[in-house]
Amino acid sequence: MSDQQAPLLEVENLRVSFATPTGPVEVVKGLSFTLGREERLGIVGESGSGKSMTGRAILRLIRTPGRQTADVLRFDGLELAAQSARQMRGIRGARISMIMQDPKFSLNPVMTIGEQIAEALKVHERLPRRDLQARVIEMLTSVRINDPERVAQMYPHEVSGGMGQRVMIAMMLIPRPQLLIADEPTSALDVSVQAQVLDLIEELVTGNGMGLILISHDLNLVARYCDRILVMNAGRVVESCAAADLHKAQHPYTQGLLAAQPRMQETRDELPVLDRTAGEST
Amino acid sequence: MTAPAISLKDVDISYGDTKVVRDVTFDVAEGESFALVGESGSGKSTVLKAIAGLAPQWTGAISVLGKPRGHGPDRAFSETCQMVFQDPYASLHPRKTIDTVLSEPLAIHGIGNRSAKVIEMLAAVGLDRRFRFRFPHQLSGGQRQRVAIARALMLEPKVMLLDEPTSALDVSVQAEILNLLKRLRREQGLTYLMVTHNLPVVSFMCDRMAVMNKGRIVEIAPKTALYDGSFADPYTRDLYAASGGNPDAPAPLAASDT
Amino acid sequence: MSTRDWLLDDSPATLTQANLGRAWRMFTALMRNPLAVAGMVIILLLLATALFAPWIAPESPVGQNLQARLLPPSADHWMGTDELGRDIFSRVVYGSRITLMIVALVAVISAPLGLIIGAVAGYFGGWVDRILMGLTDVFLSLPKLILALAFVAALGPGIENAIIAIAITAWPAYARIARAETLTFRNAEYIQAVRLVGGSHGRIIFRHVLPLCTSSMIVRVTLDMAGIILTAAGLGFLGLGAQPPLPEWGAMISRGRTFILDQWWVATMPGFAIILVSLGFCFLGDGLRDVLDPKQGGAK
Repeated sequence: MSDQQAPLLEVENLRVSFATPTGPVEVVKGLSFTLGREERLGIVGESGSGKSMTGRAILRLIRTPGRQTADVLRFDGLELAAQSARQMRGIRGARISMIMQDPKFSLNPVMTIGEQIAEALKVHERLPRRDLQARVIEMLTSVRINDPERVAQMYPHEVSGGMGQRVMIAMMLIPRPQLLIADEPTSALDVSVQAQVLDLIEELVTGNGMGLILISHDLNLVARYCDRILVMNAGRVVESCAAADLHKAQHPYTQGLLAAQPRMQETRDELPVLDRTAGEST
Repeated sequence: MTAPAISLKDVDISYGDTKVVRDVTFDVAEGESFALVGESGSGKSTVLKAIAGLAPQWTGAISVLGKPRGHGPDRAFSETCQMVFQDPYASLHPRKTIDTVLSEPLAIHGIGNRSAKVIEMLAAVGLDRRFRFRFPHQLSGGQRQRVAIARALMLEPKVMLLDEPTSALDVSVQAEILNLLKRLRREQGLTYLMVTHNLPVVSFMCDRMAVMNKGRIVEIAPKTALYDGSFADPYTRDLYAASGGNPDAPAPLAASDT
Repeated sequence: MSTRDWLLDDSPATLTQANLGRAWRMFTALMRNPLAVAGMVIILLLLATALFAPWIAPESPVGQNLQARLLPPSADHWMGTDELGRDIFSRVVYGSRITLMIVALVAVISAPLGLIIGAVAGYFGGWVDRILMGLTDVFLSLPKLILALAFVAALGPGIENAIIAIAITAWPAYARIARAETLTFRNAEYIQAVRLVGGSHGRIIFRHVLPLCTSSMIVRVTLDMAGIILTAAGLGFLGLGAQPPLPEWGAMISRGRTFILDQWWVATMPGFAIILVSLGFCFLGDGLRDVLDPKQGGAK
């Protein structure tokens, strides 16, 4: 571990662009932020805002024809941009993990859940078989799966969406990473399961002293689970504020987003609509 | 009192050998906006499909505007009742222009003056005339959903079945589509039966709701129940709480912190 | 406004402009693929050769000249002469007409047949699917050339019967593809939407399902062209296809086989033609796949 005062993640002037027949299109336009140790940061935006690309760029997962550049992309004192592809593989999973949107597409359908979780651990640590098994069961228990021995023997199609996402979380957290990036971890799940999964992520993140980047389109959800929020629109951060101050948002885009959401006690006859005439529209 | 716009009585629906919906009974009055609320697997979309004729294995009685429904889609029915699907990326044929999509219902029913009707409908759903000969991939999600709504309205139906019409859209686009649906209902005197999992959307769009869980309706409540959480059924109360509804601390916006 | 701008207009004013614009975009995408361009050049060359054969060929394809038997390639006879003194170059040039006819007829017969059978089976499912696919499986389980052989043997040798035989053996593969494609979108919401506005099954199959199958079908047929040419050549080689003196490439190779050790050019020259044209279709098919079916082609 390097010195404890430095932030966990520093990003300065991150840019991601994609080459198209009509020239490069920039989807992340000079993003800068820092993430403190044990801080929970939310990145909010609508589709096309570049929020998911930001998450991937941190792990250097942008594939051709995409290109990413950054003045600084430092994780725990380590310049990620300078790492070789092989070193990056060692960092991904072991020190920075990512949870994707839909567990259905992220789990291997022909491997049992236990094997997949063990695999995630084996890549980064050498352990005797019995310990490995014990760690898997322990991890499944910690994501509140009842009867972990049985679930470890099951295949991904045999579990529900909520349980699948918990398995994903177990897989991502078993190497004990320092930073967890969760990209829309619950948007494929039902409301009642969403809260359980997010509570679980929150508990594990705070319990293990990890950093969290929660990427979502849902302002209120991010506000509930994060300390600080970045609101992105068209590749840029338009607003950065403490989660508790979200309702005091200054930027018209953030205000527009908040207002456009129907409320439980809805009395408005018409929802205010964002003015799309300025800047890029969807 | 006139016949209800949609009436279901003791409807059971199966897929193959498994019964997915049991004992569903409800009436939707003409001009009303009614929501079917539930989580995935609750059978809410299946009810919609059975009414539309896309889930033919059902027993019981379904009638629309006083006429009993058959088990498949039929032409006469298509003029009274239409459906808008959930995913605007899957509900438009990838190789057909918007014009073709919108003229097709008219062509099938032998209605003339198509060109003028298409232009008129594009305007009604708030799409510029420039979109008329574009292909779906040249449109955004919100624009596609407008086209899907326009297609459903081409035959001037009185009853619209809406299957999560905004759940695949961004919040700001959702607001536009919900406003559009609300305006169309007011202007054309439509009856809506809307399936959704989003309670705030119900609060904005609907007058009453039926809450479904595991293939059964557990509660039918007026929209005002969303204001104070006065639900009778424990499942509904859980759903209400999980959706952020809490009578003690009103909407997150109004509250000081959450 | 130039034609190009008109074609690439984002908001076309008519249906024709929209369709032409899409075709133009595909064409330019195809033009960016060098192999596809090479394939297209070869196919165009074949078309031109077939069209202008009488002007290109220096001699008649059937005119015999027993004094000039088995001459090696020279300035007079670019590809040499065969055992009856016929100019091989002229025969190869005229042979392109036969090849083109075979290819076109097989495509015209078997692709639509396979397409419709596959789409109907996939769309309806159930027993319709089981019967149609059972039939397809029967045809698929027999080796193509053997089946064609059996048909030709039953119908009698000749180029027309060879074409019919190849067409009959080619459709099951297309039916399979069309069915698989149809299964992926038969429950799609845009198909259900047409049912809801009262569209009949026939309308859905012909107007909505078939157009979606055609692009993969075009790719597949183009790629299969090489195989069709080879099967036709094989039948010709076995003496069951085109009959003498028709200058069919396979039959020419068959005749040249006797002299292959001493007069190699007799069998080799039509062989080159077969290879070149097959290659042309393969290149074009690969290019078309990248343009029409981006999901199947490798990442570009």
